[in-house]
Amino acid sequence: MALNTQPNLFEPGKRHFRAFSPGDDFYEALIETHRELTDEQSAMVNARLILLLANHIGDISVLREAMQIAREGA
Amino acid sequence: MLSTFQYPKFEYVRPSEIAEGREGHYPVVIVGAGPVGLTAAIDLAQQGQRVLLLDNDDTVSIGSRGVCYAKRTLEVLDRLGCAEEMVHKGVSWNVGRTFFREEEVFNFNLCPEPDHHRPGMINLQQYYLEDDLIKRARQLPNLEMRFRNTVIGVTPADDHATLRVETSDGAYTVRADWLIVADGARSPVRTMLGLDIDGKIFMDRFLIADVVMKADFPTERWFWFDPPFHRNQSVLLHRQADNVFRIDFQLGWNVDPEEEKKPENVIPRIKAMLGDDREFELEWVSVYTFQCRRMNRFNHGRVLFVGDSAHQVSPFGARGANSGIQDTDNLIWKLKLVMDGKAPATLLETYSEERCYAADENIMNSTRSTDFITPKSAVSKTFRNAVLGLAEQFPFARALVNSGRLSVPSFLVESSLNTADSEVFAGNMIPGAPMDDAPIALADGTQWLLGAVGNRFQLLHYIPDAGALDAAAAQALRSLIDAPIPVEAIVVAERGTAPAGLKTLIDAKGRVRERYDLREGTSYLVRPDQHVAARWRGLDVAQVRAAVARATCNA
Repeated sequence: MALNTQPNLFEPGKRHFRAFSPGDDFYEALIETHRELTDEQSAMVNARLILLLANHIGDISVLREAMQIAREGA
Repeated sequence: MLSTFQYPKFEYVRPSEIAEGREGHYPVVIVGAGPVGLTAAIDLAQQGQRVLLLDNDDTVSIGSRGVCYAKRTLEVLDRLGCAEEMVHKGVSWNVGRTFFREEEVFNFNLCPEPDHHRPGMINLQQYYLEDDLIKRARQLPNLEMRFRNTVIGVTPADDHATLRVETSDGAYTVRADWLIVADGARSPVRTMLGLDIDGKIFMDRFLIADVVMKADFPTERWFWFDPPFHRNQSVLLHRQADNVFRIDFQLGWNVDPEEEKKPENVIPRIKAMLGDDREFELEWVSVYTFQCRRMNRFNHGRVLFVGDSAHQVSPFGARGANSGIQDTDNLIWKLKLVMDGKAPATLLETYSEERCYAADENIMNSTRSTDFITPKSAVSKTFRNAVLGLAEQFPFARALVNSGRLSVPSFLVESSLNTADSEVFAGNMIPGAPMDDAPIALADGTQWLLGAVGNRFQLLHYIPDAGALDAAAAQALRSLIDAPIPVEAIVVAERGTAPAGLKTLIDAKGRVRERYDLREGTSYLVRPDQHVAARWRGLDVAQVRAAVARATCNA
């Protein structure tokens, strides 16, 4: 499976009437996860988050593709 | 500074109460003749209600201020008979471009769906909007506007409110059976009543400049994150009527607003942005901060709050005047039913419930935009810049770029006025939804669905061939008008003419059927404010009457 770069966020059981809503729901939750953390704590949260999500995705070829894109823009 | 607009001066007339030395008495008094107060007054007066509108000033908005008027606002103003001129004068735009540092990262088109009468948004200086509303207000004989009449005292009571009003000829007293407060964010009336409004202030300042240019800039919205000409901040460029461009510079918190407003400080910023050779003149400059907050409830006995007096949001997304106008759209039909004795006062509780729900949604969306545009922490800024960096190449990231989610009406899905679906429907037109527009044809020449509905309860009943409607169904539909709260039946069809006494609405392009998931027999009950109240796959007069009762707190 290739890396999906189309909008793909949703929430089971929640009905969205506007196309921007699921992405904004996620982004707010992401920023909220870092609320009142130091930069060092935030870096740790991000690392833990990546590890959790990587395991959830499972397919290492997808992860390699994502890691490559991420590194190119650094 | 240059002026492309001649401010009108509205005449002060000595109030009859002062001339005759007596107390006035009005069924409805509205305080504040901005976009929201004027809309409320026009809506009431258009329905035959006598209204007194008081304003402490004698002209329209000084400066362009609110410049984006959303599709839903235009639809409300269509219902009030005054959108056409605004749309004609305003600038309709659909394309927005987003820049990050030196590059354009993507652009979007606001108009994803064809076959709607009004565009997603028009840009028009607030003074033009107010000027047009005042022209419309002057056509209504039962609407009295008093300029340079300042409310200096309010005394609420169980069945009225008493106002003390000051003029250059002295003060007078008016008794209002109902008082609508539309006197803006700082609301003197709210303060006089000692009512709270809670929320948070954002520690940021923005400079807005109206610039007159002969520039051949396209009619688009341009938004820059961290551009080379204004490092680490955001800039927004919008076109308005008369070749006036609105430029909005984020300044940060630690600046002196008075210094920033001086032309010698503003002009270099604009020159850096436009390039030195482009000719322009400054028309108006202001520095603002903002708050996101709302009152706990918008109805306080006989006193009803609308617009900025009840709730405020950050300006990203144009949810100020647009949401205030929707407040009046929601309030006025309810107030009229209560005043006419056709609904209990509890119906006004639902004004507060539905519009608090909408205000919370507006505050949420504008706060999210604010947090994206002006990140509050290093990690938040890193995520923001990562999204912008990915946006050029990847569609998912474009969807996350938030430079303002432009004002759209709320789906009032939690409202107690809705009758829940008992059958299956596709699409978004669920109970509580603001109605989607569509091209149609009525015998009177109306060409849009939203031009055919509103101002009363209506039942839209679908049958492919209107001529094939059987006698029993025709009789049932006609009977809906005979009730304390009458329901006008409209037969929606692809062809044919409904039996005598019933309107036929031809679904010119099949969009009504598509957007409302219509099948033979499908019936939609719609509210006077063009929201869906209930829908069924068949026609049952008893169910329609029960849904009307529910939608008016008469159940």
